[in-house]
Amino acid sequence: MHETVERVAQQTTAPPRRGWLWPGLAVALAALLALVPQFVKRDDVLNLCFMVFLYISLGQSWNMLAGFAGQTSLGHAALFGIGALTTRMLWTNGEPFALALLLGGLAATIFALIIGVPTFRLRGAYFTIGTLAMAEALRITVSQTMPLVSTLPTDQIVGYNLATRYYVALALALATVGTAALLLRSRLSLGMLAVREDEEAAQATGVNPLKHKLIAFTISSFFAGLAGGVFAFQQVSYYPEAAFSPSWTFDALLISFVGGLGTLGGPVIGALFYILVREELAVTLVNFHQIIFGILFIIVVLVFPGGLVEAWARLRKARWLPWRGR
Amino acid sequence: MSYETIAQNLVFGLFVGSMYGVAAVGLALVFGVLKVLNVAHGELLMIGGYVTFWLYTLLGIDPFLSLLISIPALFLFGLALDRVIFRHVVRLAGETKIKNSLLVSFGLTLILQNAVIQLFSADERGVQMSYSGAGLNLFGVALPYTRMLIMVIALVAILSLHIFLQRTYTGKAIRATAEDWEAAALAGISIQRIYLLTFGLGAALAGMAGTLVSVSYGVAPGIGLAWTLKALVVIVLAGTGSILGAFPVGLLLGAAEALSGTFIGPAYREVVGLVLFLLVLLLRPQGLFARA
Repeated sequence: MHETVERVAQQTTAPPRRGWLWPGLAVALAALLALVPQFVKRDDVLNLCFMVFLYISLGQSWNMLAGFAGQTSLGHAALFGIGALTTRMLWTNGEPFALALLLGGLAATIFALIIGVPTFRLRGAYFTIGTLAMAEALRITVSQTMPLVSTLPTDQIVGYNLATRYYVALALALATVGTAALLLRSRLSLGMLAVREDEEAAQATGVNPLKHKLIAFTISSFFAGLAGGVFAFQQVSYYPEAAFSPSWTFDALLISFVGGLGTLGGPVIGALFYILVREELAVTLVNFHQIIFGILFIIVVLVFPGGLVEAWARLRKARWLPWRGR
Repeated sequence: MSYETIAQNLVFGLFVGSMYGVAAVGLALVFGVLKVLNVAHGELLMIGGYVTFWLYTLLGIDPFLSLLISIPALFLFGLALDRVIFRHVVRLAGETKIKNSLLVSFGLTLILQNAVIQLFSADERGVQMSYSGAGLNLFGVALPYTRMLIMVIALVAILSLHIFLQRTYTGKAIRATAEDWEAAALAGISIQRIYLLTFGLGAALAGMAGTLVSVSYGVAPGIGLAWTLKALVVIVLAGTGSILGAFPVGLLLGAAEALSGTFIGPAYREVVGLVLFLLVLLLRPQGLFARA
């Protein structure tokens, strides 16, 4: 019990010991990453980085709802898809991309607010299945009403700049992780944490569960929508239905859990790990990475709830390491 | 639109509804007894279908006869899954248990689905027998023998399960565990064994459903999620305690899909079920056939 409280406190509300260290490192890393396209011209590397950044946003946005507020939603793909759809439609119709992206994020947020209130009446497993059903219903509707492939107009294809995509994805990843960091320091996170651990107790102490769940859901869906918009930006041609595929939800789950649910760095590490393993195995054994991650996922859920972040923390404290002494 | 078309669609909706019922019953059993939500149920169904497909393709065994093999095979597989994975989940309490079982079984869907893709490729497989097309023709409505047989098998299976649960000692032990496992344990029932058995039974029923699906619809590695959702819809509509309710509710779902497909548009067949599901979840969570 004490260990749980300690772990929970460390995860969410403990400020870093040296106030400038982590933000400083983050800025340095961001600057470094921003310089990459100047030196690296290989498309495959840039694409790989794009994927990592996109998945960081995907995972972190889901983590904000499921990790911080404890609401395991399986409808993330719906928000991603709405963002993608809105952005794509607006952008291919001539709107500037930045506006289209923003509106995509907003569309997802509005959708989340509308369905959030009734959906949050469901509890636990029913909430999870309900969100899954909703996302699937939306996907099927889109696949039937918009079955045609969406291709960029020719001038966009000719002027396709991968570096731009890289920067947009990087900016989004930084924004998502940054927002999550700010959220963790805010008072809101305490309320969300309380709701996550025990909703009834939280309500008894005066925390409004619905308000905190909705806030988490709103922020989460905004970034999910933005991520979808960035995805739509990158794809030359794709089926609108593809952005609603449940695999986006499942990938977000995998990344967050394996990395460390509820932590700040979890989705980042998880995304990196996931994309690297996937691309590494993609040539030889397509989809084999899913089996690996499925197994890792089960192990994490049953044995290692803190994921890689917890494993790393335990390793650093381990007695048997040579420099720790007895 | 002629009456014949409507009737034809409706009849086929009822046929598929009987399969929804069988698919749901296995999941309902596992959920009711172990209080564990196994979203990999659809994947078990899919594997059952593949067992039938390969038995037919490699050995020429008639799919309906292969039930004698697919059911025990999936039963054993279910026992293994319980032993290796779900045994660790059932020890948790209430809401954590359901949430963790959902997550664990989700991991399982990834493993099973992709293992099947690796082994058998992602192609869709179907079983066509010499008598697949034959059937009765009643007032202009085609009634294939295979579909009618499927419906009969589904009904028999569900009734047998019901009788098993009501009349046999093991069945009563299972029901006792579902109602109150601590009291059941005090009464001398081995909860571990009941859980093991029930999970195997649930998997066996999924396998049976899979066999029936392979004959009528065809199987592919990706069908798991859709069938799990169908099963969930039926369970929620029928009320989680209800085994017998699964059959009529399955038929209802099949009919509703068929009618909405006929009148609104074929695109929205699947959506109807999911929307119904959400409505029931929100408005009458105890289901339509709920017992107190």
